[in-house]
Amino acid sequence: MSAPAQPPGRPHGQPSGLPMVRIRAVRKRFGPLEVLKGIDLDVPAGSVVCVVGPSGSGKSTLLRCVNRLETIDSGRIWVNGELMGYAERGGRLHALRPAELSRQQRGIGMVFQRFHLFPHRTAIENVMEGPVTVLRTPAAQARRQAAELLERVGLADRAHHYPAQLSGGQQQRVAIARSLAMRPSLMLFDEPTSALDPELVQEVLAVMRDLAASGMTMMVVTHEMSFAREVGDQLVFMDDGVVVERGDPREVLAAPRHDRLRAFLGQVL
Amino acid sequence: MTQEKAPAAELPIDAVRPARPGRWLGAAAALLFLVWLAFTVIVNENLHWDVIVAYLADGRILGGLWVTIQLTVLSMAIGLALGVLAAVMQLSDNPVLRGTSALYTWFFRGTPLLVQLIFWFNIGLVFPTFAIGVPFGGPKLIEWQANEIITPFTAALLGLAINEGAYMAEIVRAGIRSVDPGQREAAESLGMSHRQVLRRVVLPQAMRVIIPPTGNQFISMLKTTSMVSVIAGAELLTVAQRIYLGNFEVIAMLVVASIWYVVLTTIASVGQHFVEKRFERGHVRLSSRVRRNLRPLTSKEPS
Ligand SMILES: Nc1ncnc2c1ncn2[C@@H]1O[C@H](COP(=O)(O)OP(=O)(O)OP(=O)(O)O)[C@@H](O)[C@H]1O
Ligand SMILES: [Mg+2]
Repeated sequence: MSAPAQPPGRPHGQPSGLPMVRIRAVRKRFGPLEVLKGIDLDVPAGSVVCVVGPSGSGKSTLLRCVNRLETIDSGRIWVNGELMGYAERGGRLHALRPAELSRQQRGIGMVFQRFHLFPHRTAIENVMEGPVTVLRTPAAQARRQAAELLERVGLADRAHHYPAQLSGGQQQRVAIARSLAMRPSLMLFDEPTSALDPELVQEVLAVMRDLAASGMTMMVVTHEMSFAREVGDQLVFMDDGVVVERGDPREVLAAPRHDRLRAFLGQVL
Repeated sequence: MTQEKAPAAELPIDAVRPARPGRWLGAAAALLFLVWLAFTVIVNENLHWDVIVAYLADGRILGGLWVTIQLTVLSMAIGLALGVLAAVMQLSDNPVLRGTSALYTWFFRGTPLLVQLIFWFNIGLVFPTFAIGVPFGGPKLIEWQANEIITPFTAALLGLAINEGAYMAEIVRAGIRSVDPGQREAAESLGMSHRQVLRRVVLPQAMRVIIPPTGNQFISMLKTTSMVSVIAGAELLTVAQRIYLGNFEVIAMLVVASIWYVVLTTIASVGQHFVEKRFERGHVRLSSRVRRNLRPLTSKEPS
């Protein structure tokens, strides 16, 4: 298997037909339990893919494999034309060194169900942390950028609050700003609204909607079917470690072809 | 901000407390005991209060006090560094590093400090010379005689610091493990290296768990330094002993030393309180004034 041909220097943000994420035959097991059983998936640059499925179907694991929080057992994942985790030389794969892995990871933003903001830093310090520590951006410049990002997620007035002083919805918006500060070419969202009280869900979805409209490539694991219908370019239904059904969200949700999806939708809608 | 209207009528609570004679009785008994104790101590002629007062600021005592402070601060600093190193090794995925760290804590927690102190003081019997150079009998760049560099002070520092490191390793390890793994993942997905994750994210949060027991270790180290008197370490107790061997004021000198130990531990306890507050950052229980200015917190968010 070889990397797909990528024209060098494709202008960023231009939706080209080329996939930002290309997942081929990915398998992952935890001990005796096979969690991903051969996943193939393309996420075109600038598009939003929503991943849905019952608990334990492997949605989080798939996202975590894409940004290399988990290693895969077989298959290939390319992000932005780069093979994740390995370099191919002389017909063999060579595992990347930690510094190279970190370089790959910083191009991919990840938003977690439980936010995972750094509790010992204020909102603005959370957003500055990546640029200052990883990119060595001068503090003053990082602070300016962080202030702009907080403005963008509607939290300019909460810049100096600690995470414990913010509501769940506010924390999640800070977490999104923190990821965006690294200027990622891909954003992963793992059930970003599942830990939120119902009245706080919309403020986070609004930020994600804006982000999608700005041309960000996004993979979103979610139970918010209205978000998938409205914002998603593609809906992927996973069950038991395989992709069961995929297609245009409006069509798939209106007329699911598989019984398993129909049963699942019956529960969540 | 919307203000609720004040309720129409006030309903002050002006309740009568129940009588609690037992409380008064207990307090009176304890007070009586304390007065009696103070009286017997103060009027006791055998305590030689004049001697105690005369020696409290004696030059030799103050010198010993200074050595005690130096030993405590230096051995805690080195012990903390060793503890962090051992804890990080213990949590690494390299089995050799893990084993080395486990061996270290096992051995130094398994043998008495007193034995270790005497051992370090007499290390010249086992290793007469120390050298920097190629190990296993290769050429040497610099060489020292053990009995030149092993003074009571360096032996004490070695013994206290290495022993302390073994205990600090456990404390630091517990602190690191207390940090939510999600923190590490969030930092990693920003592209931080393992070292950056440790330094910027994990250790600062682990500090909240590490600091209180470290403060206790510091306070107990102030007193543990007195063990160094077995190798004549020139710290507070050694000096007090030297004086009473000359003037036979055994109890008075012990009281002098004890007064200074209490002063040191009291100062350290106050310091501990402030350091702990400093590391509560981000985990503050909000004062009601701050809380009123915030939107309501959701019930589902992680603590
Ligand atoms: N680190 C791990 N070690 C062992 N098993 C794991 C691990 N992570 C996930 N699993 C298992 O893998 C399966 C898939 O987990 P995953 O978290 O990917 O599911 P999910 O689709 O995200 O479910 P949910 O909707 O509940 O989040 C589950 O059975 C889970 O128990
Ligand atoms: Mg999940």
